[in-house]
Amino acid sequence: MIPIDNFLVLSSILFGIGMYGVLARRSALLIIMSVELMLQAVSINFVAFALYLHPEAFTGLVFAIFVIVIAAAEVGLALAIVLRLYRNRQTANVDEADSLKW
Amino acid sequence: MSYEEGIFYVVAAVTVLGALGVVLSRNVIHSALFLIVSLLAVAGVFILLAAEFLAIVQVLVYGGAVTILILFAMMLTRVRDMPRALTGPQWPLAALAGSMIGGISIAAVLGTEWPGETNEAGQAIEVTVIPIEKIGHDLFTVWAVPFEIASLVLIVALLGAIILARGEEGE
Repeated sequence: MIPIDNFLVLSSILFGIGMYGVLARRSALLIIMSVELMLQAVSINFVAFALYLHPEAFTGLVFAIFVIVIAAAEVGLALAIVLRLYRNRQTANVDEADSLKW
Repeated sequence: MSYEEGIFYVVAAVTVLGALGVVLSRNVIHSALFLIVSLLAVAGVFILLAAEFLAIVQVLVYGGAVTILILFAMMLTRVRDMPRALTGPQWPLAALAGSMIGGISIAAVLGTEWPGETNEAGQAIEVTVIPIEKIGHDLFTVWAVPFEIASLVLIVALLGAIILARGEEGE
């Protein structure tokens, strides 16, 4: 059995990379993709804890399923918003969507 | 090192390299393709964690639907109009924040005493594969309310996406 540390370190690295992507990228689509990476890191954590700490209850597994469901809904909605933004302002760059700023 | 660990390192390397490709690539389409690689590798991690059902769902929902949706959105927002510099001037701060979060999390993981590979009696713990029937049964009994709420969320997101993407009347 692989030590649980390996999975948790992997998910930490993945989360860090995703966070860098969310903060550094300018295109809304690339930010959404980075958010997906962060959600994947969380899913790995949930499943690892489910398997190693409470294998009889598998709550983490069910949580990971819900994470996937919510992520699918989130992507669909976020992409619709990006399309709307593109149609209104001819850009998918989040820096240019600044009408809330003076 | 057991062969399981060897497989884990290969899959983990593919996951991390794919993720780096997503955030560092200069081409948006390449980013999306790297995302597919990374998500499929995460499905491999789920198999190593004895969660076969989740791995299948991962391949279907992420490897298929989500990435195709993102590629469609790229097509509709005309990728060539995207800013030439895909990464903003704030990237050093972003790298700092990402590496700090990751580093703190790794330090916390390595500094914690996790239940080992052997139990109190010194025997190696066997991986218990949870049968899909049991997951399905629990999903519809113990987790029935969250399950229904999740389906409601999906419906609302679907309707919201249609209304947002369709635009106003007469447009």
